[in-house]
Amino acid sequence: MTMTAVDGRSVDPLRPPAPPTGRRRVGPGVVLSVGFAAFLALACFAPGLIAPQDPAAVAPLDAFSPPSFSHWFGTDESGRDVYTRVVHGAGSSLVIGFAATAIGLVTALLLGVLAVFGGRIGDAIVGRAVEVLFAFPALLSALLVILVLGPGPVAATIAVGLSTAPGYARIIRTSLLTVRSSGYVEAARLLGHGPARILVRTILPNALSPLLALATLGVGQAVVWASSLSFLGLGAQPPAPEWGAMLASARVYLTTAWWLTVFPGLMIVATTLSATAIGRALDARGRRAR
Amino acid sequence: MRAFIVLWASATLVFFITRLVPGDPAEAALGGPGSQASEEAVEAVRRQFGFDQPLVVQYGIAMLSLLRLDLGSSYALRQPVATILLDAVPGTLVLAVLALLVAWILAIGLTLAQSQGSRIAARIGDTLEIVASALPHFWLATILIAVFSTALSWFPPVSTGTPTGLVLPVVTLAVPIAGFLAQVMRGSLQEALDAPFATSALARGETRVGLRVRHALRHAALPALGLSAWAFGYLIGGAVVVETIFARPGLGRTLLSAITVRDIPVVTGVVLVSALVYVILTLVTDAVTRLVDPRTAVGGR
Repeated sequence: MTMTAVDGRSVDPLRPPAPPTGRRRVGPGVVLSVGFAAFLALACFAPGLIAPQDPAAVAPLDAFSPPSFSHWFGTDESGRDVYTRVVHGAGSSLVIGFAATAIGLVTALLLGVLAVFGGRIGDAIVGRAVEVLFAFPALLSALLVILVLGPGPVAATIAVGLSTAPGYARIIRTSLLTVRSSGYVEAARLLGHGPARILVRTILPNALSPLLALATLGVGQAVVWASSLSFLGLGAQPPAPEWGAMLASARVYLTTAWWLTVFPGLMIVATTLSATAIGRALDARGRRAR
Repeated sequence: MRAFIVLWASATLVFFITRLVPGDPAEAALGGPGSQASEEAVEAVRRQFGFDQPLVVQYGIAMLSLLRLDLGSSYALRQPVATILLDAVPGTLVLAVLALLVAWILAIGLTLAQSQGSRIAARIGDTLEIVASALPHFWLATILIAVFSTALSWFPPVSTGTPTGLVLPVVTLAVPIAGFLAQVMRGSLQEALDAPFATSALARGETRVGLRVRHALRHAALPALGLSAWAFGYLIGGAVVVETIFARPGLGRTLLSAITVRDIPVVTGVVLVSALVYVILTLVTDAVTRLVDPRTAVGGR
């Protein structure tokens, strides 16, 4: 039941009004997400700790065993342990996700700086370019990059990175414009700091902090896109324990061995979910700080 | 005019990107280095497609033939690109339009369901939205096939001409989009419900449902409507995956096979068609926005 207060804002009688300042309670979703992210980090840097088996160890007699205590996620067509492969695959899937986001952000940053500090001509060029790039849907521009570079994990990373750049560029441009016209930049100018120093020391740190939340969300999306490319056979190739590639080879066995499809897919979804939850929490914290 | 510039720039961009593809284009036209084409044949193709001309001349020729709506012919299929595209477009268009429609229905339903003030409904809706938008098309499609084709055999796993074959591909494409749309809509619906006009509508005796359907939804839909052109692009990307999985003829599958065999005229054709659709959709969205929100009309108060 919601009551409407005099100023027209709805008030929930069961929920105390949020304190105007200070820390807010962190929700259970965020806690879970951070936990999952820690698990992923462990899987990236020390996969042997949580999955001691060899991801490439073949055991033909154990092929297609359903999930059990000895094989949590079952085994695949060659008897390889799916849990081990999923854990060892976290590294390649996440490296692609992070690297793609980094490529996208750096490209976007260059475009944004050119737009804001390149005068009217720079702004016009970048503005038009971004507008044209928006006419290329994300997967389509990624496929064009693959057409030039040929299929492979590196090509897929660059492809996903470049295809996310226009979206970031638009946001970075707005953020840079806001910061540039702010009082503290004016103050730095009056203090006699040079334009290069103002850009690097004053403008960029302030303009980029809202991007942290966005980039976290972006990593989740990049993992999805990169695994889609692998699934289509254009990124990492099947023997590699990459999630998209695992799903591609699992498709043939869908009717007989559901676990081959379910678990690697769940990892992708869980990664994206926790990236989204963490990104939103960072965004909310950033908004409160501002 | 602006739309035309975007199209021209896309064509230019695609032209130069495809010239970056390594290897001799004349050899590619004959089926790649593996085809063992004779020197004379390569030379003949080079002259036929104009690959022996300077780049600027090639560019000029390409743009002029585009103006005549001549997209050239496919290297691999020995058919005019226009014919291939005309065969492929309807399938994808049906898929994309239905998916967008279903996504809108789901998103509106979800948004209205959780705007009733119950915290549990809001929590569930919030979780559903995030999960929906995190689902990769290719995984969702495989899971749907496993459940609804293999286990329940309600719908066929292969999407041929039949209407039942459309259900799974449309749902696959619609669910993630619905998640994104609902996330955007919920925020603006709440804002609209908090606005003074909502209080005054209630004071005039408008029911709670009426307030949402007749007044607030209009405001809530605006930002999501702006996303529609983007959503369509996202759907075209998703179509590549979905058409491949459901073995459904269409633009996405045509594009994927053209990319794998480096059939450049077909790739160019598909990219230009999707740029054209994007441009048209942007114009349509602007028009619809003006319809839904009279404030943005040109010459308005």
